[in-house]
Amino acid sequence: MKKWTKITMKAAIMFLAALLTGCASNKPSITVYNWGDYIDPKVNDLFTEETGIKVVYAEYANNEEMYATVEPGNVNYDVIFPSDYMIEKMISVDMLEPIDTSKLTHYTQIDERFKALQFDPENRYSVPYMWGTVGIVYNTKMVNEPVDSWDILWNPKYKGQIFMYDSERDSIMVALKKLGYSMNTRDKAQLEEAKALLIEQAPLVLAYVGDEGKGKMANEEAALMVAWSGDAMVMIEENPDLAYAVPKEGSNYFVDSMVISKGSKNIEAAHRYIDFLCRADIAAKNAAYIGYSTPISAAKDLLPEDVKNSEVAYPNEEMINNPLTEMFNDPSDLIEVYSNIWTQVKASNS
Amino acid sequence: MYRKSLAYPYLIWAAIFIAAPLLLIVYFSFFKDGVFTLHNYQKFLEDYYIEALIRSIHLAFVSTVICLVMAYPLAMILSSRQMTNKEIILLLVVLPMWMNSLLRTYAWASLLENNGVINSILNALNVPKVQFLYGNGAVIFGMVYNFFPFMVLPIYNVLCKIDRSLVEASYDLGANKITTFRRVILPLSMPGVITGMIMVFMPALTTFLITRLLGGGKVILIGNIIEEQFTRTRDMGFGSAVSMILMLIVLGTLSFMSKKDSLDKGGGLF
Repeated sequence: MKKWTKITMKAAIMFLAALLTGCASNKPSITVYNWGDYIDPKVNDLFTEETGIKVVYAEYANNEEMYATVEPGNVNYDVIFPSDYMIEKMISVDMLEPIDTSKLTHYTQIDERFKALQFDPENRYSVPYMWGTVGIVYNTKMVNEPVDSWDILWNPKYKGQIFMYDSERDSIMVALKKLGYSMNTRDKAQLEEAKALLIEQAPLVLAYVGDEGKGKMANEEAALMVAWSGDAMVMIEENPDLAYAVPKEGSNYFVDSMVISKGSKNIEAAHRYIDFLCRADIAAKNAAYIGYSTPISAAKDLLPEDVKNSEVAYPNEEMINNPLTEMFNDPSDLIEVYSNIWTQVKASNS
Repeated sequence: MYRKSLAYPYLIWAAIFIAAPLLLIVYFSFFKDGVFTLHNYQKFLEDYYIEALIRSIHLAFVSTVICLVMAYPLAMILSSRQMTNKEIILLLVVLPMWMNSLLRTYAWASLLENNGVINSILNALNVPKVQFLYGNGAVIFGMVYNFFPFMVLPIYNVLCKIDRSLVEASYDLGANKITTFRRVILPLSMPGVITGMIMVFMPALTTFLITRLLGGGKVILIGNIIEEQFTRTRDMGFGSAVSMILMLIVLGTLSFMSKKDSLDKGGGLF
């Protein structure tokens, strides 16, 4: 018996040693944590080909999930792609490593209007990756009237034909905008009004969907859906009867940016990766694949005509400069209020 | 001594992966920033949380009963001696479990869509469209589908082990089939039934995946609330408190069910 124990122990140790040396091999690598479906899958291979740096790639479904994974600090991702308000939050709790933009050879190509944004006014921590808007995707065969207002999502005519996102931020944003308030309001009374409005809407809603909503919408499961512009591009490509509109009451405009997380051991490699994604041909590859809008004009010029001229992905400046089009602020202090509202809305109808 | 030491690996395992996390949950639910508080439990008293809890118990109970009603006859047929090819049927019951339940539930979500495969078939047969998804019905269906094998297997095991001579004795003493079933087979199979009920009820009570995919996010169960606390709201204290409440309910159910002394006779899990 003892002999066997020794042999198995030895085997286990050798196995572990093999694993460890495998990890410690001198081939450089970086770990990247990005949104699901948010990169052209070929791009990581291209990066490894050119630089010899291996990319370990993982995905998350939303900012909050990413934060919940990264915040405890026991997993270390080098490059992450949070949205505006999440970057603000991560800066405030000191989770980000400063980025030296002088090391990024393609940094100057990024359009000036995507730099020095409110969440990172000095461009110290983030490099913009993609941007987009929130609007309504609708099926032109089922909706005959013009779609230009959030009001249509409260129209009883479309009972059982509306998809909302299962995301408190985006849904409460819709209700606040319909009411004419700011999406960043801290006013409890306004939030209560938004809650009442969403509860009023609940009987009309077919489902509160996640990523599976894209496919369902393309499959004509519903007539209307609140969606991000990039997802709208993908859906319209699948089903040409779909169209996208940003309501006149204003909406959310977001920028997802690349950041380096605090304590990263591969800061040099992370800079190279970020720089690589800023190269016009690579940015164009990604933008063409995922449907979101690139902040790099040189990359936009490389896109196919129909994408480049799409009002969905590249709306006119007027829409972006509309004072009613806002960016989210960090909602940390309100997160419990938001979550309570959302639970009540979803529970109101079952 | 030698035999006892064989249990050490498991004890260490249990301490690290069962006891320690459990203590952490207790701690998180009662302490906020190191100060003792009942806030997390008070928060649960809001009517919409209580409603979610009641709804969870209700739906889990309904699916358990449906599973039982379907599984018992199947287990009886499978355990009867005349049955040939029973391995194949058992395999068919277990086969879906070889695949990830997330994938299977996704598959149902698209099969049952308003424009899905099943509705297209109905349409071709001139049957009006049925909205299967986005409600309690779809959630119960998902629970029954996912947890059915957990009901069949324990009942089948117990039925196979029943001593045939007891059944024969019952017939010899003049009991008819119904009486024999009621007075002999059913009581002897209770351990399997109870195990099966527990094995179905518990995962059904805590599921969050089925409600999200088949319920269209409109059916909020207690599992969804816990999941949201940990992944989105990051309120670990409240999430832990809800988990504690859920565990107490499960514990209560278990101790109520194991009161039945028939459990001692083997075949049962608890």
